[in-house]
This record gives sequence, structure tokens and C-alpha cells, in this order.
Amino acid sequence: MPELSDIWNVLILRDYNTRLVVICTILLGCACGLMGGFLLLRKRSLMGDTLSHATLPGVGLSFMLLVALGGDGKSLPILLAGAGITGVIGCAAVLFIREQTRIKDDTAMGIVLSVFFGAGVAILGVIQKMPEGSAAGLESFIYGKTASMVMSDFQILVFITVCVLTCSLLLFKEFRLLCFDENFAASLGWPVKFLDILLLALITAVTVAGLQAVGLILIIAFLITPAAAARFWTNQLDRMLMLSALIGAASGWIGASLSAFFPRLPAGTVIVLVAALFFVVSMLIGTERGVMIRFLRQSQLEKRMGRQHLLRALYEILEGGRVTEELIIRTVPFRQILGRRTWSDRKLRDYIRRAYNEGLVEAPNKADSILLTETGLVEAKQATRNHRLWEMYLIEYADVATSRVDRDADMVEHILGDKMVMRLENKLQAYCLAGSLVPQSPHPIHPGD
Amino acid sequence: MEWYSIDTWILVTGSLAAGACALLGNFLVLRKMSMMGDAISHAVLPGLAIAFLVTGARASLSMFIGAAIAGVLTAVFTQWISRFGKVDEGASMGIVFTTLFALGLLLIVQGADHVDLDPSCVLYGAIELTPLDVVWRPTLFGLSIEVPRTALVLAGVTLFNAVFVVAFFKELRISSFDAELATTMGIDSKLMHYLLMTLVAVTTVACFECVGSIIVIAMLIVPAATAHLLTDRLWLMVVLSVLIAIGSAILGHLSALIVPAWFGFADTSTSGMMAVMAGLIFSTVMLFAPKYGVLQRFVKRTQAVK
Repeated sequence: MPELSDIWNVLILRDYNTRLVVICTILLGCACGLMGGFLLLRKRSLMGDTLSHATLPGVGLSFMLLVALGGDGKSLPILLAGAGITGVIGCAAVLFIREQTRIKDDTAMGIVLSVFFGAGVAILGVIQKMPEGSAAGLESFIYGKTASMVMSDFQILVFITVCVLTCSLLLFKEFRLLCFDENFAASLGWPVKFLDILLLALITAVTVAGLQAVGLILIIAFLITPAAAARFWTNQLDRMLMLSALIGAASGWIGASLSAFFPRLPAGTVIVLVAALFFVVSMLIGTERGVMIRFLRQSQLEKRMGRQHLLRALYEILEGGRVTEELIIRTVPFRQILGRRTWSDRKLRDYIRRAYNEGLVEAPNKADSILLTETGLVEAKQATRNHRLWEMYLIEYADVATSRVDRDADMVEHILGDKMVMRLENKLQAYCLAGSLVPQSPHPIHPGD
Repeated sequence: MEWYSIDTWILVTGSLAAGACALLGNFLVLRKMSMMGDAISHAVLPGLAIAFLVTGARASLSMFIGAAIAGVLTAVFTQWISRFGKVDEGASMGIVFTTLFALGLLLIVQGADHVDLDPSCVLYGAIELTPLDVVWRPTLFGLSIEVPRTALVLAGVTLFNAVFVVAFFKELRISSFDAELATTMGIDSKLMHYLLMTLVAVTTVACFECVGSIIVIAMLIVPAATAHLLTDRLWLMVVLSVLIAIGSAILGHLSALIVPAWFGFADTSTSGMMAVMAGLIFSTVMLFAPKYGVLQRFVKRTQAVK
């Protein structure tokens, strides 16, 4: 275990090398998170995968070019420029294949990825057998060499990320519309194609910058995972992008620090694993689209629906039995309720128990029949009324056949807000029986057995 | 260029691997799951590493099982995340395979003292070395033939895939084009999905142990996509894709020996050149295909304008 003072030194970035690495990964995480957000919303997350693989032949070719010109082939800016060029060509090839042939998006990406990477491997194969230069340095583009980054790497990375961040902030409005409604943007006369390519170019720049830091494979994670994690917390684009950049930066910081504490923890892999942890936690407890919150919402909706179904079933049974408005006797046998809908015995008992706890029903002589209380009757009237208003609306305005209207109304009535009820009420007053709170059913009600 | 019996075996193993992948690739392309091959081939790394750490030896069977399990898990996790988390399928695939890959790298680095596993070997494969591991020496027509282990393994995998595709052709076809129709016809399309994924994982592992993952990724997708541009019939597409795959394997090895010499270099990696050749065949077909080619569509469009 590392000493406490060591941890402190890493956290406050005292050590020069650690400081360099940590700042690099934080910046990179920030830029990747931001760009990944756009990619995710455009449903193009795997474009980062294709892009990063497509950079390999560029690295190899520019290395060969440098050697042919008499250098030792280790000029980083030129290698990165080569990577960027083939990366952009790869993106363009994906767009071309997708638009000009019947081949789908995913297959186009797969083709470009494998063919470009194959070309890269072949070129590296040639380089390895060249007498002049060793290709040893080029390996770092595939696996990254986070821990041994130097000042010049740092400068290039800072330059690229700052450019990307500025660009995407300036064009935020344009990119937002591109993500949500490309056709609308085009109809407004925006240069959609140009924006699309610009966005991909920015993403290429980030990817190329990250090749050095985390390597070709793990940069893919940096582009996808923080954005996907942020998506669970909010439905608003600006917040999501900010959060995504934040998660990216945090994973970079934590990952790089961890790898500084312990021996043999390559920074790239730790960063990816930290980001994955962020993703899993967000997926579980995210407040907007997380698994738990959605499960909770689902079960609440189900409970509300069960309650309304029970009340309406009771009311309709009573209504069928008595013509009087007051409905003096409000006891209904359990079996008759069970026959009203296709609900299981267990579910129905569950709904009844809940209604009992709310004081809507009572069970005077245990199990066999239940009694609607005074408050229960009011609520039941309301539920039945909502259902019938919906049915009428559907028949009148949506041209739904009378025989199907019950089922259709069933699906939508539970999301009916109070305001909507008021409006429907005014529109449909004519259909209500004078003096009655509950309109008549527009279709015959089949009694349950 | 000099030709040795080694080169013949490289051609045979390369063609077998390409054929095995292309058979399954057709259904990946039709199901819009093309990136699965890429994902699985990266994600098997932890499976390999764990199998190695547990058994302590590079026994191919345990590594094979470990990798196949990791491959199937990739498909399962991708499904889970996209279903329960409502995440775009591409994104969930990306998250799963990068995480597993990182985990694999970490395991290898952590156990570096006793793991003799080179990740780059997994990525590129060493098809050039495969003919050296001879396990079977039958004599045919008076000629003694030295069959390498990989050729046998790949022949088995190819045969198995071919039997699978032929036997379940109807089920695969219907569930690939219309999963709901398949369900109403009593075909378990979920089962078909996982069967296909398992086979893809097994094939991926078997192939890249022999020839490197780049061939797997390329051969799963590129020949099938090329065939897709040439025909509307599924059986013809399958046959064409296998032929194209074998063609690009042969051209790939030849060009790996010949092309670098034009520029005054030594030979290069066969796996890489196989992918490049598949790409060249694809581009040619994309431009000149009789019905769906870019040129043909262009001609049609201009005629329609007139």
C-alpha cells in the first residue's frame, strides 16, 4: 500500500510527471466526454471505434514518409497529422457507403474499421522489416503510453483539446439542432452536411490527441462511456454534455492518480474501468433514466392503474344492479369483481388491500364481498367518469369503433391530467345525463359473472 | 517470389478462417449487428487471461473455453444494458467491449511475471507461424502431407458453421428479416440470436488464435456486405460471401508477398493484406455492381431525370 503522504502528493499534483499525466487525462476526459455526448445522441457511438482504428494506417504512412525524407520518423505532430488524415478519410468513407449504397450504418463502420486497420497492420508489418527505423515507438499508438508522456505530448494535447472545446461551445446551438432534428435544420437552410463533417473532424482531433494518452482501443471507451453514463441523469442536452465532460474528467483524474499509486496499473486501463464504474452506478441510480427510478415509476403507475380499475369495476357493477342515484347497498361479491377484468386473483386482492388501507372499501364479512365506502364512492364516480369521457372523446374525435373504445380508453385514461378532464368535460357536457355526475357508458357493459 | 509448402498452408488456413467467418457474417450484416465481431474479438482478452492465470499454461482448450465464455458474455451484457438501461445498442456494445478489454489488459499486466501472453499477438495473430505446428502426417497418393493443427481446427469450425447455417437456414432467414414473424411461426428468435452469438464467439476465438483478430473482423463483415450488393437471394448471398472471403484470403497472401517488393520493401503481414484485399473487392463491387452499384444508381438517376 502506498503511504498517505504519497497519496497526498499525487492528489495535489506535486510530482512533475504525475502532474503532467493527470492534467492531460483530465483535459482529454473533458473533451472526449463532450464530443461523446454528441456522438451518443446521433446514435453514432461506434464511430469513435471506426475512427480510432482508421488512424493506424496514417501513423504508419507518415512514419514511412518521414523515414523516406531522411528523418528518424519520430516527429509526433506529423504522425498525428497523418493519423488525423486517414481518420477523416475513414469517416468520409463510412458516410459515402451509407448514403450511396444499400449497406447500413453499422456494416459501413465495420468495413471501414477492419479494412483500414488491416492496412495499418500491413504497413506496420513493412516498417518492422525496414532496416532504418524501428517501429517500436508506433506500438504506443495502439496501447497508449500514459505514464511516459512528456512536455511536447502535453502541449499538443492541450492545444487540441482547447481548440475542440472552444469550437463546440461556439457552435453549440448548431450541433444541438443537428443532434435532435437533422431534417429540420436542413429545412432552415443550415449547412447540415458541413456541420456533420465538422463535428466528425472535431471528434477525429480528440481521438488523435488521445491516441498517445490512452491508446487506440481505450480512447473508444472515453468517447462512449461518460456520455452514456451522463444520459441517465438528465434529459437536457446542455446539462448532459456538462455532466458527461465532468464524468470524463473525473475518470481521467481518478484513473491516472490510481495508476500513480500502485505499480503495474496502466493508466489507460484504469481510466476505462473507472469510467465503466461511473456508468454502472449511473445506470442503477440515475435520477432521470436509471433502472431503479424507471422501475419505481413503472410500479407506481401500475398501482394507480390497479386502483382505478378496481374502483371503476365496483361502480359499474353497482350501476348495473341499481338504477337509483344513491346506490344504497354498496356490497359487491368478490367473484363478480374478478369476472370484470382479466386480472389474477392475487393481483386483485392486492389492489383491494391497498384500497382498504386508503379507506375506499371495507370488507364486512371477510373475503367474500366488499363494500364501497362513502369516499370510495366519490373516487369510483370520478374514475368511471374519466373513463367514459375518454371513451366519448375517442368515439367523437378519434373515430374509434364503439366495440374497441373500452380497451383504448383503458390505455390512456390513467395519464389524464385534471386540466384535460376539465376541457373534455366542457366539450362533452351535452352527452352527460342531466343531473348525473357520471355520463352513461357509450357502449353496453357486459356484466361479469 | 519463392513458394514453399508453408505458403500453401497459409493459404489453406486463411481461406478456412475466412470462409468460417463469412458464413456467419451474412446474418450479422442482415441483423444490423456487424460491429459484434469487432466487439467480441476485443472482449475475449480477459477470458484468455483468466484461463491462463487459472491453469497456468497456454493450453489451448482452456483458453478457448475462457475466450468463448467472454465472447458470449459480451453479447449478453450488450443486450442487458441496451434493454434495461435503454441505451443505444452501439453504445452499450462499445461500453462492454472496451471495459472487458481494459480488464483483460489489466490482468495481463498484473500477472506479467507469470503470464506470457502478448496482446499484440491476439490482435494481429501469427498466421505466418501456423504451419510450423504439425500434428498430423497422412500420406496421400504417395505424398506425405504435414497438416498443421490450426488447419484441422479451422476445418472443424468451418464445417460446423456450414452445418449450422444449412440446418437452421429457414429459422435464421426468418428471424433475421422479421423477428416478430418468426415468433408467430413458433421460432424462438431469442434462442437463434444467442446461438448465432455463441457461434460467432467460438469462431472468433478459434480463428484469431490461428490468424489474428483483424481477419476475423474483416471477414465477418466485408465479404457478406459485398455479396449483399450483388444479390437479393439469401442462399446466393451466403455462397457468394464465402467465395469472396476465400478469394480475398488468397489474394491477401499473394499481395503480402508481392506488393511490398514493388516499393523495395520486404514482405508484410498476411492478415493485414487479407483485410485490405477484401476492402478492394468491396470497393470494386460497390462501384460496379449490376443492380446496387454506385455507378448503376447514378446512371439510373440521370435517366430518370431525362
